[in-house]
Amino acid sequence: MERPVSYNVNPKPLEKDISIANMPEGHQGEGFFATKLSDVVGLARKNSIWPLPFATSCCGIEFMATMGSHYDLARFGSERVGFSPRQCDLLMVIGTIAKKMGPVVKQVYLQMAEPRWVMAVGACASSGGIFDTYSVLQGIDQVVPVDVYVPGCPPRPEAIIDGVIRIQDLIGKESLRRRNSDKYKQLLESYGIQ
Amino acid sequence: MLNCYMVKFLTKTIEDLSNLAMLTYERIKQRLIEKFGEQLTAFSEPYGMLTFEAPKEMNLKVLNFLFDDEELKFRFLTDLQAVHYPDDKGRELAVVYHLHNLVDNIRIRFKVFTDITNPDVYTATGLFSGANWMERETYDFYGVKFVGHPNLKRILNVDEMDYFPLRKEFPLEDQSRIDKDDEMFGRG
Repeated sequence: MERPVSYNVNPKPLEKDISIANMPEGHQGEGFFATKLSDVVGLARKNSIWPLPFATSCCGIEFMATMGSHYDLARFGSERVGFSPRQCDLLMVIGTIAKKMGPVVKQVYLQMAEPRWVMAVGACASSGGIFDTYSVLQGIDQVVPVDVYVPGCPPRPEAIIDGVIRIQDLIGKESLRRRNSDKYKQLLESYGIQ
Repeated sequence: MLNCYMVKFLTKTIEDLSNLAMLTYERIKQRLIEKFGEQLTAFSEPYGMLTFEAPKEMNLKVLNFLFDDEELKFRFLTDLQAVHYPDDKGRELAVVYHLHNLVDNIRIRFKVFTDITNPDVYTATGLFSGANWMERETYDFYGVKFVGHPNLKRILNVDEMDYFPLRKEFPLEDQSRIDKDDEMFGRG
């Protein structure tokens, strides 16, 4: 039976055997290239994300498939999955977070160094999902700020890759001053951080 | 060669052994009634397991008797939990003990009922160390106060929780949620 996948409805032919990130905007001539520092930093950051998977349930199984050779998250510069929050850039919360686990998620987030990003993978991490009950946190955005939400119960590996690409877009375009801005400080203060 | 005396002796020994091994629900009930008389009530066998009730003040006396008695030997507490019957005034909370005789491989169920406004029940931790966490769980979800428990605090739910979530008056759904549109759930 044919089981179409909604993500790859438009087949994309392989352009080159090796794909290289696009050059940022800038001026070039004989022997020089001038561009903005933020673009270079963004380019470097977005193609070398170290994810920290906080996998608690079935979405974690989909994430394992995403890391495997078939879907291969390594193609996006994220093959180095770290289990130490101090060295990671991207907190991926994958699965149901019980209320008792909420402070643990927050603790892991606090241990990460700036700049840090958070991705909520799956319905449970995003909103509590089907577990509308006294014991389950109704979305991890109640304890930490979230950058990208990946829908699905559980999301297919394509959806997780889509989320990572959206995180990459955010990272690549982020202003170098954002983390020092008042707006960002207010956001963290609203979560009682710092 | 077996002579007739040896045969008789062996036969008697085998009978004794089989009698010892035959601990039945009838025998357990008989022993309990010999000891406690009219105080134990509601003997029945739902789903094939002997079940009975006692006044809540007597729970330790009954458990101690079942534990110490040389014939009954109920020395393993399989499980301990509570049930909430909101319509049964004066005996809303049932505390249920599941006991196992490991020698004869027989299980029984023992219940005490308590008023929900005064849910004090004596702790079984003195008799069964395993009752410690089970009683904490029962307290966590039903608010049964186990008198004499060494560390009666929440075990599974967050410490900040200010109610007992498995009591019937509390809906299953998280009441702190404000983003749900009731019309979407057919109850607008």
